[in-house]
Amino acid sequence: MPTRTVVVGSAVGLHARPAQIVADAATDLDHDVYIGLPGEDPVDASSALMIMTLGAQNGAKVEVTSEDEAALNHIADLIEKDLDAS
Amino acid sequence: MEQPTCHDGVCEGHTHALILAGTPVVPGVAHGPAVVVRLDISPEAISNFGTGGFADADATMDAYDAAVGRVADGYSRKAHVASGAAASVLTASAGLVRDKGLRGAVKKRVVGGEDLLAALAGAVEQFVGMFTQMGGLMAERATDLRDIERRLVARVVGQPEPGVQLPLEPSVLVAEDLAPSDTAGLDPAVVIAIVTERGGPTSHTAIIARQLGIPCVVGAAGITGVSHGTLLLVDGAAGTVATDVDSNEAERLVAADRQARAASASWTGPGRTADGAEVQVLANVADAESARSSTEAPVEGIGLFRTELCFLNRRDEPSVEEQAAIYTQVLETYPDTGHVVVRTLDAGSDKPIAFATHTGEENPALGVRGLRLSFDNPGLMDRQLDAIAVAAERTGADAWVMAPMVATVAEAAGFAAKVRSRGLRPGVMIEVPSAALLAHRMLEVVDFLSIGTNDLTQYTMAADRMATDLAHLTDPWQPAVLQLIAITAEAGRYAGKPVGVCGEAAADPILACVLAGLGITSLSMAAAAVRPVGAQLARVAMSTCESAAEVALAAADPGSARAAVRRVLGT
Repeated sequence: MPTRTVVVGSAVGLHARPAQIVADAATDLDHDVYIGLPGEDPVDASSALMIMTLGAQNGAKVEVTSEDEAALNHIADLIEKDLDAS
Repeated sequence: MEQPTCHDGVCEGHTHALILAGTPVVPGVAHGPAVVVRLDISPEAISNFGTGGFADADATMDAYDAAVGRVADGYSRKAHVASGAAASVLTASAGLVRDKGLRGAVKKRVVGGEDLLAALAGAVEQFVGMFTQMGGLMAERATDLRDIERRLVARVVGQPEPGVQLPLEPSVLVAEDLAPSDTAGLDPAVVIAIVTERGGPTSHTAIIARQLGIPCVVGAAGITGVSHGTLLLVDGAAGTVATDVDSNEAERLVAADRQARAASASWTGPGRTADGAEVQVLANVADAESARSSTEAPVEGIGLFRTELCFLNRRDEPSVEEQAAIYTQVLETYPDTGHVVVRTLDAGSDKPIAFATHTGEENPALGVRGLRLSFDNPGLMDRQLDAIAVAAERTGADAWVMAPMVATVAEAAGFAAKVRSRGLRPGVMIEVPSAALLAHRMLEVVDFLSIGTNDLTQYTMAADRMATDLAHLTDPWQPAVLQLIAITAEAGRYAGKPVGVCGEAAADPILACVLAGLGITSLSMAAAAVRPVGAQLARVAMSTCESAAEVALAAADPGSARAAVRRVLGT
C-alpha cells in the first residue's frame, strides 16, 4: 500500500484538537487511511483517540498509509500543518 | 379540614415550606424550577439495568449509539452557548464521544460476550491506561474520557447525565458545588439563578456567577435536599432560597427586583453618594480586550490591571518591548479621563507562570509569589517597570503602579524607589495582614494603597479561598477583615492619600456602602458589578454609609453584619 512519511507540524503534536481535525477529515474520505509511528502498527486515522495513542509530538515522523493516493496526501498534508494555530 | 400530622420531624402527606439561608453572592430575585446537579449516577439505576437484556450484539451497539448521540448533543448544545476556550473544550468532547476507536473497542468486547456497561468500562479503561502512562497533556484526556464514560452510562441506564445539564426552560441551578468546567457555557437566559450547598464568596461559582450577572447564593446548607423541579424563589441579595411561595407574591418580588435592576442599568456615573461624596467606581481588567470593553460601563478608570494574565501562556519572559506593547493597549483606553492602576506580576500560587514561578513549594499561597518573585530575580521587576514606563510615555496616561504581596514597609519603600525613578506613581496592595496593620507607615513611603480583599480575607482568617468547607470563614464580611480594612482606610484619611478596594468585596453593592463609610476612596470591580454598585451608592447619603460601617464593624459575624447593614440602608 502506498505510504508517505511526514513530520508532525502541530505545536501540541497529534493531540486533542489536531487529532480531532485529522480524524474528522479521514472520516469524510471514501477510503481508509492509517497513521503509525515508523516501525509500529498503524492505527485508523478516523479515530482521534487512536491517533492520540500514538503520542506523536511536534516534529515527530509518522507514516501515513492508504490504498488511495489522494486520500493519503490529503491526510498527510493536514498532519504537516500546525493545526493548533487558531 | 384535615389537621396536618407532624411529629418528631416526620410529616405525613404534605411538605413544609422551606426557607434556606446562605451567603449572598450576586444580587437579583429569580423564581423557577430547581434543576438539581447530580455528581453520580444512582447505583440502584445501574444495578436495575443489569446487562440491559439486549437480544444480540447489534441491539447492544444500537443502545450504545443512541447514548452517544444524546451525550454528543448535550456537549454541542453547551459548546454553542459557551465561548472561547470553554467552547473548544466542549466541542472536542462532543467529537471524542463519537470516536470510532472508542466504539470499536466497545464493540469488540460486546461481540466477545461482555455486557454493555462492562464493555464500556473496559474500553475506556484501556484508553485511560494508555493516556495516563503517556502523562502530560495526554493525561488530561483521561479525565475527559472518564467524564464521557459517566455520561454514557447515565444515558444507557436512563438517568440524567451527571454534572450540569443545560436546562431547556428558565431554571434555578442547584448543586453541591460547581467546578470551573461546569460553569462553562452557562446561559443567563435559562439559568436564572445558582444556589450551591457549599462554596464561599470567592469560590469559582461566585466568580463566574458574578461575571455572568446570574443571581447566586452559595453555602446554602440543605439545598441539595430539594427535589428536581421544585419551584424556588432565590433572593441573591438577601442570600435566601424559599419554596412554596405564593405565585402572585413571587411574581411581585421578581418584578420589583427587575425594576431595581433597570434603575441600576440607567446609572451613568460617576461614583457618588446621594449627597455628592466622591467614591470612584473603577474597573478590574486583565488585558487590552477587557480594558476596551470596560469603557462601556460608566467607570472612571481602571483600579486593577492584572498584568500576569497576559503572560500565563508564555514559556519565556516577554521582552520589554513586547510587554510595553500590551501595556500601551491598556493604558490608552483611559488617556485623559482617568488613571490606570497597574499591578506588577502576581504569579505563583494559583497562577503559575512558566518563566517566573518557583515549583515544588509546599504552601504556594504562602510562598514566593507577587513581589517576592523579584527577590532573587530583580531584573524581572525592573524589566516590567521599564515596559510600563515606556507605555506610560507613549500614551501620556496617568499610570499608577502597585506591587502585590507586600508584607513589610521596607519592601514597599524599595518598590517605591524603583517606581519613582521611572517617573511613575507607586502604591502597594494590602492583602497580607501585616501590611494592613502597618498601613499608616506604608503611606509614609508610597502614594496610594489598594486592598485586595480576596487574599486579605484568606490570610486573615487562615482559610483557603478555594476550600468549600471553610466558606463561612473566607467571607469579607468577617469582623476581623472589616477591622483591617477600617485601619487601612483610616490610614488613608490621616495621610490624605487614596485607599481603594479591588477585591470581590467592591462588587457587593451593600458592602460597597460600608466601604465608602469607612473612608475607602475607590472601588474597582468586574464590569458586570459596576452599575448595581454605582446605583446603590447613589441612593444613600455618606452619613448613612458611615452608620452602615459602624454597625458592620460592631456585628458579631457576617450574617448579622449583613442584616444590620441592610436595615440601615433600607434594602
